[in-house]
Amino acid sequence: MEKTLNNKAWFLVLPVLLLVAFSAIIPLMTVVNYSVNDTFGDNQFFWAGLEWFQEMVTSDRLHEALGRQVIFSAVILAIEVPLGIYIALNMPKGGVWSSVCLVLMALPLLIPFNVVGTIWQIFGRVDIGLLGHTLAAIGIDYNYTNDPVDAWITVIVMDVWHWTSLVALLCYAGLQSIPNAYYQAAKVDQASRWSIFRYIELPKMRGVLLIAVLLRFMDSFMIYTEPFVVTGGGPGNSTTFLSIDLVKMAIGQFDLGPAAAFSIMYFLVIQLVSWVFYTVMTNLDKEEAK
Amino acid sequence: MAKITLSNLAHSYLPQPKGEQDYALKKLDHVWEDGGAYALLGSSGCGKTTLLNIISGLLKPSEGRVLFGDRDVTHAETAERNIAQVFQFPVVYDTMTVRQNLAFPLRNRGMAAPVIARRVDQIARMIGMEAMLDRKARGLTADAKQKISLGRGMVREDVNAILFDEPLTVIDPLMKWELRTQLKTLHREFGHTMIYVTHDQTEALTFADKVVVMYDGRVVQMGMPAELFEKPAHTFVGYFIGSPGMNIFDAEVEGNVATVAGHQVPLGAAYSGLSGRVQIGIRPEYSLLGDQGLPFAIRRVEDVGRHRIVRGEALGKPMNVILPEGMPVPASDARVQFLADRVNVYADDWRVEGGAL
Amino acid sequence: MALEFKGVGRTVNGQTHIEPTDLVLEKGTMNVLLGPTSSGKTSLMRLMAGLDQPTTGHVFWDGRDVTGMRVQDRQVAMVYQQFINYPAMSVYENIASPLRLKGEAQDVIDRRVRETAEMLKLTPMLSRKPLELSGGQQQRCALARALVKGAGLVLLDEPLANLDYKLREELRAEIPRIFEESGAIFVYATTEPEEALLLGGHTATLWEGRITQFGPTIEVYRRPVDMVTARVFSDPPMNFVKARKDGHRLHLGAGAQVPADGAFAALADGDYLAGFRANHLHLNTHSGDSVEFRGTVGAIEITGSETFIHLDTPDGTAVGLVHGVHNLKPGEGVSVWLEPSHVYLFGTDGRLAAPASYALSA
Repeated sequence: MEKTLNNKAWFLVLPVLLLVAFSAIIPLMTVVNYSVNDTFGDNQFFWAGLEWFQEMVTSDRLHEALGRQVIFSAVILAIEVPLGIYIALNMPKGGVWSSVCLVLMALPLLIPFNVVGTIWQIFGRVDIGLLGHTLAAIGIDYNYTNDPVDAWITVIVMDVWHWTSLVALLCYAGLQSIPNAYYQAAKVDQASRWSIFRYIELPKMRGVLLIAVLLRFMDSFMIYTEPFVVTGGGPGNSTTFLSIDLVKMAIGQFDLGPAAAFSIMYFLVIQLVSWVFYTVMTNLDKEEAK
Repeated sequence: MAKITLSNLAHSYLPQPKGEQDYALKKLDHVWEDGGAYALLGSSGCGKTTLLNIISGLLKPSEGRVLFGDRDVTHAETAERNIAQVFQFPVVYDTMTVRQNLAFPLRNRGMAAPVIARRVDQIARMIGMEAMLDRKARGLTADAKQKISLGRGMVREDVNAILFDEPLTVIDPLMKWELRTQLKTLHREFGHTMIYVTHDQTEALTFADKVVVMYDGRVVQMGMPAELFEKPAHTFVGYFIGSPGMNIFDAEVEGNVATVAGHQVPLGAAYSGLSGRVQIGIRPEYSLLGDQGLPFAIRRVEDVGRHRIVRGEALGKPMNVILPEGMPVPASDARVQFLADRVNVYADDWRVEGGAL
Repeated sequence: MALEFKGVGRTVNGQTHIEPTDLVLEKGTMNVLLGPTSSGKTSLMRLMAGLDQPTTGHVFWDGRDVTGMRVQDRQVAMVYQQFINYPAMSVYENIASPLRLKGEAQDVIDRRVRETAEMLKLTPMLSRKPLELSGGQQQRCALARALVKGAGLVLLDEPLANLDYKLREELRAEIPRIFEESGAIFVYATTEPEEALLLGGHTATLWEGRITQFGPTIEVYRRPVDMVTARVFSDPPMNFVKARKDGHRLHLGAGAQVPADGAFAALADGDYLAGFRANHLHLNTHSGDSVEFRGTVGAIEITGSETFIHLDTPDGTAVGLVHGVHNLKPGEGVSVWLEPSHVYLFGTDGRLAAPASYALSA
């Protein structure tokens, strides 16, 4: 439905603009300032131009972190999206059990990030952790503090545990909006289970899936707290993702200039990928409608 | 194709129904002929949708059996029943083209591609969508989508029955004509058993060979349109069929004369020994305005073009009379006469058959 | 009071929703907007309400230009196809809500709510919640809310479309009475010709964003100015056959001919289209002037008291509506008769050339 235009309404946006300016634009500008200067933190700035950017673009360290980051996001998306859909499809459609399910599913989403990290850090420890100890007891050589593969598995399983619910809940909401007549029609048409999924459920979940994938991509690409608490980026640098690397650089080494340049590029990459992603998905949508 | 037998069928949504009032569908026993066009007609909550859901297998009846031909399908799943169904709102597979939509039920049954193609073309021609076969279903109007739903319902030749659940609700009046006529033509050509659920008397009467009128979970009359109009078995049928419905008056009936509020009304048959609440019913179409008969006070005249509805009061009750086109409306203090052999007599709401004079 | 449109039109993204329209709705009139889905009924109502602003023209209320004025400041009430009530409030509070918003005194509110409820037969239901009511009662409640504040303009957008046939009939019979009691300008949108006729008053027929005709309902029905109006205002659709005037004769279709007298006499010789409604076809001849059309029966629909005959004739398909029950078989040959006095003639441009003579005398 169309709305009446009223230009005065723009004034209502003003408080938000001010808020955003304080919370985002001004800090961002500070970072820009750092990225083009050299400083030791005593408010003395020396103009450095694009030097930090050049350094960062050619830095092997950053390339490696980026590579790890891309693999991590790809892996968790490849697991969480199909798994979330599968769970949503198998959730009860109504009644008490659907409420119970919803509450259980929502629980991991409500736990603070560093608590999630701590839970898994302890859970996976070989000496006292339920998981680590059990695995060791049945003879599997598992130790996330020594073995990079074990560390990766732990971090991925943790993320899947933490976030699959989000995908599942969104898909569930999408499924709930399908009128019963569609299922009845499919039965009458003798459609197979796969056909029902492919032609009724998937098209109706499209919109929410787009949001789910986008959210999970952005979140996983910026992940910091949980792997930092569990592995601290190790062993070695094997689970050092972009954010962890950034923090090491900025706080650990106090390389404020390069870290600022890094931040800006990081920010732009996320923006760019999200935009490309969104555009491609919505265009596919339009193609489909033709 | 098969005849449908409903044997001692009843349904209650409560697990332990206590009395008759707990049944959404009260016990019924009917045989619907193979190849018949049936309409289930009634207002919302009368049980017609419950009955349809039992036939389609969406609902398991709490009592009785459903047979397709000789096969008991009471507990069979929808997919096993080999039926087709068209819903109130268009159900189309959005991501498929029109052609794929029409072919879908056939493909699911593993039919050969050339057979499918021929059948789809045939159906597309009937619903007038040949030109749009390769368009995605998603961008189409509600009208077009509902035509696809109808087409998908008709596409299989071997179905036991085709069920329609108020399929023309979203369709414009002019388009309704077209689709309804097409349905009739399709029925004539293929002889499918069709069951059509609606609250719209015009749709029910024009579509069906036999109309099943439901009221309060009960089938109150099953008959041809003319029977429902001329001899409504229940006062509800008299009220529900016809627009406006039948005029009904409390009366005392003896022999071939009814006495209503002190006035005598001649009847076309003789009645005796009536008990309970006795009423007479007369259709507005069979009431004549003129200078003879009972006093009739005119309140309002509605000109519908092909006739006029005169609303007024007679015998102390509101009454409607239909005047054919071209007939003058009499002055304010008119009189009304009833065609004696069109007056029906009811005892406790059920019609009483009169004897010879 | 009167609502006046002067050249009011609306274009959205280059698409014409409403063509520039002149229209005057007088106080205390019932006005029906009749047209198929997406012909512009709702768009026109939104312009009347002030929910949308016109891209051309001006809207006047009592001679005062109200173009651009907010909906809240206009004396407008609207009822929709969906039954829109506040679910958490009782029927009483629902009806009272517009008055409470206006800050009326408690005793005024109470009196007005009870009056309106009485008018809409809601008095026994006042303490119930809307969802405990039947569909018809819910829509009555919505109507009561629209009427209670005494708005000068009441817009009803297909208010009965979601109701069962019989409930629709009941409420439709009451709307003219309710309207007369309220004294407001009523505007009622519908897709059904029969509904327009039952409501009476004035009718504007709409087609693709254009008002094709506006006038007293029965007059628009009897004397449509063009073929589009005739088609919109006929259910079943009006039948058309080719016609040719040749001196004193009027040829209808391939075979039939009638004398070109009355209004037809003055027409120039040439090609026309003859239109006639389904109920003017008969299965037997009434007078010597009747013309015969031969055809085969396509489909038969019996309504109980009447029969619809779908005919295939050499001149195209036609629909006839005849009295009584006639069990004709599809494919069977049949003759139908038409009286010349029921024939409308349209020019090849679609404009009415001469109305049917029965319509002139009625």
